[in-house]
Amino acid sequence: MKELRDKKITHALLQEIEEKVRSESEPVRIMEVCGTHTMTVHRYGLKTLLKEAGVEMVSGPGCPVCITPNEIHEACLGLLTEKENIILASFGDMTRVPTRKGSLQTAIPAPRSMVKIVYSPAESLALARAHPDKEVVFFGAGFETTIPSIALTVKKAQAENLENYSVLSALWLIPPALRTILEAGETVVSGFLYPGHVSVIIGVKPYRFIADEFGVPGAVAGFEPNDILLGISAILDQVKKGKPGVYLEYGRVVNPEGNPVARAVMEEMLEPKDAFWRGLGRIPESGLKLRKRFAAYDAQAKHKLTIKEGSGDLPGCRCGEILRGLIAPPECPLYQKKCTPDSPFGPCMVSFEGACYVYYKFGRNEGAKSH
Amino acid sequence: MRNDLRKVSLELGSGGKLMRDFISSHIVPAFKNRFLKELSDASHLPAGAAFTTDSYVVDPIFFPGGDIGSLAVNGTINDLVVSGARPRFISLALILEEGLPWDDLEKILGSIKRAARRADVLVTTGDTKVVRRGQADKIYINTSGVGSVVGKPRLKSIRPGDRIILSGTLGEHSLAVMLARSEFGLEANVRSDCAPLNYLLPLWKKGTFWMRDITRGGLATILSELAEKLPYSVLIEEDKIPLSRAVRGASELLGIDPLYLACEGRAVLVAAHKQADLILRKIKAHPQGRRAAIIGRVDDKAGKPGELLLSTVTGGLRLLEPLTSELLPRIC
Amino acid sequence: MCLGIPAKVTQVERSGEGKVDYLGTKVRVNFLLLENVKPGDWVIVHAGFAITKLDEEEARETLSLLREIAEKQGE
Repeated sequence: MKELRDKKITHALLQEIEEKVRSESEPVRIMEVCGTHTMTVHRYGLKTLLKEAGVEMVSGPGCPVCITPNEIHEACLGLLTEKENIILASFGDMTRVPTRKGSLQTAIPAPRSMVKIVYSPAESLALARAHPDKEVVFFGAGFETTIPSIALTVKKAQAENLENYSVLSALWLIPPALRTILEAGETVVSGFLYPGHVSVIIGVKPYRFIADEFGVPGAVAGFEPNDILLGISAILDQVKKGKPGVYLEYGRVVNPEGNPVARAVMEEMLEPKDAFWRGLGRIPESGLKLRKRFAAYDAQAKHKLTIKEGSGDLPGCRCGEILRGLIAPPECPLYQKKCTPDSPFGPCMVSFEGACYVYYKFGRNEGAKSH
Repeated sequence: MRNDLRKVSLELGSGGKLMRDFISSHIVPAFKNRFLKELSDASHLPAGAAFTTDSYVVDPIFFPGGDIGSLAVNGTINDLVVSGARPRFISLALILEEGLPWDDLEKILGSIKRAARRADVLVTTGDTKVVRRGQADKIYINTSGVGSVVGKPRLKSIRPGDRIILSGTLGEHSLAVMLARSEFGLEANVRSDCAPLNYLLPLWKKGTFWMRDITRGGLATILSELAEKLPYSVLIEEDKIPLSRAVRGASELLGIDPLYLACEGRAVLVAAHKQADLILRKIKAHPQGRRAAIIGRVDDKAGKPGELLLSTVTGGLRLLEPLTSELLPRIC
Repeated sequence: MCLGIPAKVTQVERSGEGKVDYLGTKVRVNFLLLENVKPGDWVIVHAGFAITKLDEEEARETLSLLREIAEKQGE
């Protein structure tokens, strides 16, 4: 499927985009909801190429590391540093988020406790099986793409009657966050690039309200460079015709109805909750938690953890505004000064797809011309 | 004396900013001298001698394509080669954990012997210590190496148009160790590229201005450090970078960028423009250099001085930054 | 937030787990979020779980659309 990365096709798509932008009177700003889209746009040098074609890409809230508030990290840290014989299993970049007490990576664990980086929730279960003398806590953070896998893992833990396993969950839903951003009215965008793999689970319908109620165009796009450009071109068509909708570019992977098996597991294991997002605040029914009958696998209940909303905020950190697309990284006073990838102040600089990290690593060369 | 309540964290040894700060704030001021100031891989001492040292604490101690023994020899030898010296003698200091299986120890010693022979160096001195069970992780090795200088890096001779040459595919060592260590459930045909770089020594006299082995931080970090020292930018092309199919597959699955993966038998060179093709041919003539390629050049038009730039497969241009922290697999 | 790699299914066990191959690297994957997975299918793998199957017809359409665009701009 080399067409998805083909240089000539990229060039042709950019030309097409440039022609479409020329006939627009308003500046074109598109929000990439998903952190992986942000990463791809930068990693292939598309950000600058798109800017030259007249499209500004704005990054959105789709980065689990960025929107999981510090108080949840602090709860993990507390367990790791104060309780013995704990294995804190976590996805990679979550461990680098700095809190008032340091990060999971830099903290010194209690005796016989440790952090283990896992690539899959299944690995955290394997750790529990392999170490019956340890208490495994899996820091399960993610959006709809990852949520079914986490739910399935808890289901398996229960089926195997594991007593030394629980999940500290930080499960977030995209559509409610987008509604909050739109209702706040602060972020002005011409269209949304919707997350391709979240859509694999939820389908295309959950975004319809954005076109119908708010009149904003959008496209569900894949993650290869030419997927993204095709999605943007489709958004521009909607803008031109004045017909906002939800264009499915990623049809080879996304079923418009989503994945019903995955949603059934979510329904079985989890229930909605109001969640507190970094930067966006409290959003009703925007999160999920384990149903009460699975309390034995809910780390917060099992280990009696207190998590107070908003308590972990680091004063001066402007990640919240970055996540709402209100400011670009260079507009944060801490950016590049007090906050760098080597010593990050906030999560947008920690996550490999955080707006600030990506900007720092790939995007500073704004003036370079393409070859 | 100030009572400093800090404790050493794992991150100090990771090779990132914390370590660099430690070296510049604690090591250099404590041992001020013109040799140390250079902070190069190997120090060039009087009478044409070069001297280097390295400690090896790799986990696991055995991995596809090598072990801590071959690593300990080749790592130190390569530091000498890329600084312009022919490796001649190494020391071998072993710290063994009580309970280490004898078989493992013999295997490792065998590896060391074979690696030393392959690189034509003699182990002339050493030391052996044993610590209680639990006080070391199976085996730690320190090797120091002495070599005779045959060439010198000449940063000041580098000009726009000079070529960047990579001696082979990236990331095999790093990935082999990562896979051997973890429970990622990945099976990949990846063997460490751990090998001596002696075959590159003649190139010092053929128009090579600078050479580095691609260890911690990977190609991106090594070339960033080069770019920082030049009044020009360095531009490399993504589609020219040799990668094995296995590294490409495994790194994409794990969400890791191969440009940051360490190798233990690969070098990157800056070659004088006019001699670049000849140098490339010589490298490719050696079995270890089969996949060598010219991957970029020193430039004065693209970007700003000191920048490392990547021309992507889709024709975009972006900055390539050094590795800032431990490389972790990602799912996002 | 969604790193998903297209890989070919090589082995499906009764437990619902199995293996996929991506450029020669094999990975252990859980198939329980899908139905009727068989060796030879192409799936998207995210964090060790297969979350969807690749639709070959749709893939062909997208690729042909991309090729068309390149041809059109070339004129």
